[in-house]
Amino acid sequence: MLENYFPVLLFILVGLAIGVIPMLAGWLLAPSRPDSEKLSPYECGFEAFEDARMKFDVRYYLVAILFILFDLEIAFLFPWAVVLGEIGLFGFVSMVIFLAILVVGFAYEWMKGALEWE
Amino acid sequence: MEFFQELLGPAWTPVWTLAKIVAIVAPLMIGVAYLTYAERRIIGFMQVRLGCNRVGPFGLLQPIADGLKLMFKEIVIPTGASRGLYILAPVLAMAPALAAWAVIPFTDTLVLANIDAGLLYIMAVTSMGVYGVVLAGWASNSKYAFLGSMRSAAQIVSYEIAMGFALVGVLMSAQSLNLVDIVNGQKGEWGMLEWYFLPLFPLFLVYLISGVAELNRAPFDVAEGESEIVAGFHVDYSGMAFAIFFLAEYANMILVATLTSLLFLGGWLSPVPFLPDGFHWLAAKIAFVLFLFLWFRATFPRYRYDQIMRLGWKVFIPVTLVWLVLMGAVMQTPLGYLFH
Repeated sequence: MLENYFPVLLFILVGLAIGVIPMLAGWLLAPSRPDSEKLSPYECGFEAFEDARMKFDVRYYLVAILFILFDLEIAFLFPWAVVLGEIGLFGFVSMVIFLAILVVGFAYEWMKGALEWE
Repeated sequence: MEFFQELLGPAWTPVWTLAKIVAIVAPLMIGVAYLTYAERRIIGFMQVRLGCNRVGPFGLLQPIADGLKLMFKEIVIPTGASRGLYILAPVLAMAPALAAWAVIPFTDTLVLANIDAGLLYIMAVTSMGVYGVVLAGWASNSKYAFLGSMRSAAQIVSYEIAMGFALVGVLMSAQSLNLVDIVNGQKGEWGMLEWYFLPLFPLFLVYLISGVAELNRAPFDVAEGESEIVAGFHVDYSGMAFAIFFLAEYANMILVATLTSLLFLGGWLSPVPFLPDGFHWLAAKIAFVLFLFLWFRATFPRYRYDQIMRLGWKVFIPVTLVWLVLMGAVMQTPLGYLFH
């Protein structure tokens, strides 16, 4: 059982290596002649001012929170969907109740305008 | 073969597994390189231009020339950037795009790791890809990169929910997380009419469109909208560091196309009952979905950001929820065979 996962682990390591090796090759082969203008952050025709890590719209934060809620819900739905044939009507009704509670929350955030991006 | 097995002893399994991984990754990387070529040629023809045709016959050596050029370009690390994170970000974008291939079956016997949690593993690994985007935008310490990565990350996570719901529909039909079982569940005497894209048609559309949005591709490419925020999160990257983001994006395109083919279009199954199944069908389906991605880019104007978020949250999530409940309800009645 567990030995089936060994190729997966090896594949992740190969994936990391394919990210790292070209970077190393580029670092070794490419020229490096830095100057202060070249190393300044990208800006449209004038000196970059202030730090780029500024305040940003709170809605991005809201989307992240909503994402966690819904992603968790999907994590709950996965095992339920796989065994739906065996648990039958009882399992289906239980999940409908769970989804109904979630939909109330979804409707609330919709009404409150959490999903609006003007 | 047995000679090598004796020669290497206990080291045989890792070495043999590594050889199989290379046999998957090498064609994949060539596929990625030639997908960039195909994109330029196909969109060129759609816009009545030629596309790249200078390097080699029909421009076929263009991807290799591009790769070599990027290899010899300086990797600029801006002064304000966080060096460690800046270098880590492309690696974090690349690794999940490749690692997901560990569980992809190519035919019913040809699969590297036939694990029962296959689809769950793919969901988990592909979700990691967003870290590369967020880290790149943050580490660059440039306003354009920062804005681009915020937009990109919010868009990716939004559409991941719709994608996840679409997958739940597939699981309800297949009753398994194992990708080989999911494809075999679409087998039947009616050929392509048994594939999941018909009973799950709304979920198929949602999955396909969310796939395009997940990939940040046109018409959902506001994150890198060239005309407003230059290139989004990777604006400050150059040389090989940029090339890796680029490769990861195209590897993800092939991955989404493959998953669409496996989950909804019958994988390696033949569309008509009298022809034999085989890998060539899977390859043809992947090529078809990839062609759709290129076609979308040549055809549709870019969406506005609020339109993208509205489509994800206010259209796709309600549609998939309703369809899942409807499916579940029908599966409790004698008509349930429709969804199997």
